[in-house]
Amino acid sequence: MSVLVNKDSKVIVQGFTGSEGSFHAQQMIEYGTNVVGGVTPSKGGQLHLGKPVFNTVQDAVDKAGANVSIIFVPPAFAADAIMEAADAGIKVIIAITEGIPVRDMVMVKDYIKNKNVTLIGPNCPGVMTPGEAKVGIMPAFIHRKGTIGIVSRSGTLTYEAVDQITKAGLGQSTCIGIGGDPIIGTTTLEAVKLLMNDPETEGIIMIGEIGGSMESDAAQWIKENGTKPVVGFIAGQTAPKGRRMGHAGAIIGGAEDTAAAKMKIMKECGLHVVESPAEIGITMVNALKK
Amino acid sequence: MNLHEFQAKGILKKYGVAVPRGYAVESIEQAEEAIKKLAAETGSSKCVVKAQIHAGGRGKGGGVKLASTFEEAMTHAKNILGMQLITIQTGAEGKKVQKLLIEENVYQKGDFEPKEYYISVLMDRSTSRNVIMASTEGGMNIEDVAHDSPEKIIKEWIDPAVGLQDFQARKVAFALGLEGQAFKEGIAFIKALYKSYMEADASMIEVNPLLRTSSNGILAADAKINLDDNALYRHADLAAMRDISEEDPFEVEAKASDLNYVKLDGNVGCMVNGAGLAMATMDIIKLSGGEPANFLDVGGGANAKTVEAGFRIILKDPNVKAILINIFGGIVRCDRVANGVVEAYKKIGNISIPIIVRLQGTNAEEGAKVITESGLKVVSAILLKDAAQKVREVLA
Repeated sequence: MSVLVNKDSKVIVQGFTGSEGSFHAQQMIEYGTNVVGGVTPSKGGQLHLGKPVFNTVQDAVDKAGANVSIIFVPPAFAADAIMEAADAGIKVIIAITEGIPVRDMVMVKDYIKNKNVTLIGPNCPGVMTPGEAKVGIMPAFIHRKGTIGIVSRSGTLTYEAVDQITKAGLGQSTCIGIGGDPIIGTTTLEAVKLLMNDPETEGIIMIGEIGGSMESDAAQWIKENGTKPVVGFIAGQTAPKGRRMGHAGAIIGGAEDTAAAKMKIMKECGLHVVESPAEIGITMVNALKK
Repeated sequence: MNLHEFQAKGILKKYGVAVPRGYAVESIEQAEEAIKKLAAETGSSKCVVKAQIHAGGRGKGGGVKLASTFEEAMTHAKNILGMQLITIQTGAEGKKVQKLLIEENVYQKGDFEPKEYYISVLMDRSTSRNVIMASTEGGMNIEDVAHDSPEKIIKEWIDPAVGLQDFQARKVAFALGLEGQAFKEGIAFIKALYKSYMEADASMIEVNPLLRTSSNGILAADAKINLDDNALYRHADLAAMRDISEEDPFEVEAKASDLNYVKLDGNVGCMVNGAGLAMATMDIIKLSGGEPANFLDVGGGANAKTVEAGFRIILKDPNVKAILINIFGGIVRCDRVANGVVEAYKKIGNISIPIIVRLQGTNAEEGAKVITESGLKVVSAILLKDAAQKVREVLA
């Protein structure tokens, strides 16, 4: 077991023949991900990286049985790509693209709400189930199959946590990069729920940052429903109010979305909160001993 | 992207939102012309002189003055233009006023007592929908209203599939207690405001105060618009409104090198790949006894060129006593980053403060070796906790 993606996932790449799409598709194939093809409009019928190229996502679903899509198309076309995947019946859409206008994402989020689909991202590193499927841009070699699930709004900070977990002698069940934008498909809470319900996951690392209330919402739920230790970290304890810290969603608007406020709620809800990102791994090791 | 009040009002006017008559000026000569023109148009010598800077709280800081005569208006214009305006949002050093808005005085005596309201449009992250927020408590900080009397805030969420409906605009207008002409104008105002928000790809439009005038009309006495940077590619006209003189010069330089930089007040500079890790690195600096001097995300392509640009920007800050470079190599290889650091270091030359380079991920060991063997005054670390310890040591 694992969540979202596994060895049976049939993955397609939207924006397959572009430079980003090609590079990462190659890496995913080398890792052993079951990439069944890709989509680039007007290039259907060609072969790319030894896999078929389709004109539409519908073709990829009909002809190759695709059920997971990873999106690398440029920001101006990404909303359209997500909606196309959802319309074609893709079950898990992972949008890597950074810089999609908020107005487009308001529309996308509404469009997919009654469809049976899980959107991860945008502006995320993707999803990794070590030993089974890498559907993202994360460096594969730092991962190791194991029982710790990771949920994070950041890319490289996720790698940091993964690396610490691997070096601590544990490994990961599934790592979910949910993305750094103000509107994302899957919230911290939804991702935590998936891992809490996954029998293979024994502990959860939840990495958040300033802005919004997703971590607090997740913490409240964990307090009532949590059955596994959760280690939490919030990046941006030193961030000033009202300034956007790189991620479009990382901005302190009011008193509730500061790192301090979120960490306080997480502590009150029984999470193992770390102040230093250097202590994520060791804190999980200790939490599992209890 | 932030806009000036006069730019925001220009956009609103284009979409049919009622705004006061006014002119933006950059010199005393232009101000004189504008004051005369406005007097001729309004038939009144009363006007308001408003400092145009990218910060709120201008009135309390002395940047907004009412004038009754031409001479008074000119005195205000001379005093405000070029002043270093300090408000609650500018920080202690304030901001130099380079532009003025000369505007008609909309607070006249008449049949109705002028009354201030609040209205804004923004995206509500918890519902992923746009929301219109309004309040009878105009002219106040909306966060304070939300805190002290949340029942006085009206919220109307917009269904993305159909957009703002008439009944919603009516609901807001009724809730504000608008009547007669003000009710009619209020509905038109709300609809036009939402249209401008959508069509300009704004991330927020705030009108505070929204004014019910003495003739029971409605108009935007002040206006603030933030634009979604990610959508500027489809609004060349709005992108051209960027006022670089209002931005931190370091941040402008960083942007030109494709670096994401935010200037802070601390003593330890940092250079990191990825926004989340960059924030976490700032936190590490604080926990190690320092204060972060900046946020700097070099993005996916940490190479000699970006590292050099980052170095140059950080080194311009005289408060910086040490620099921590924290790169987690995924796609980007640590040995390449290390070579980039060495190259940039040698090219700049004469770096007198300690530099700690923490490289982790792809080829981390090779990267550390490059740093160690370079013979430069650069400290290498691999684990994050070692990097923290080294920051503590150099600050001691």
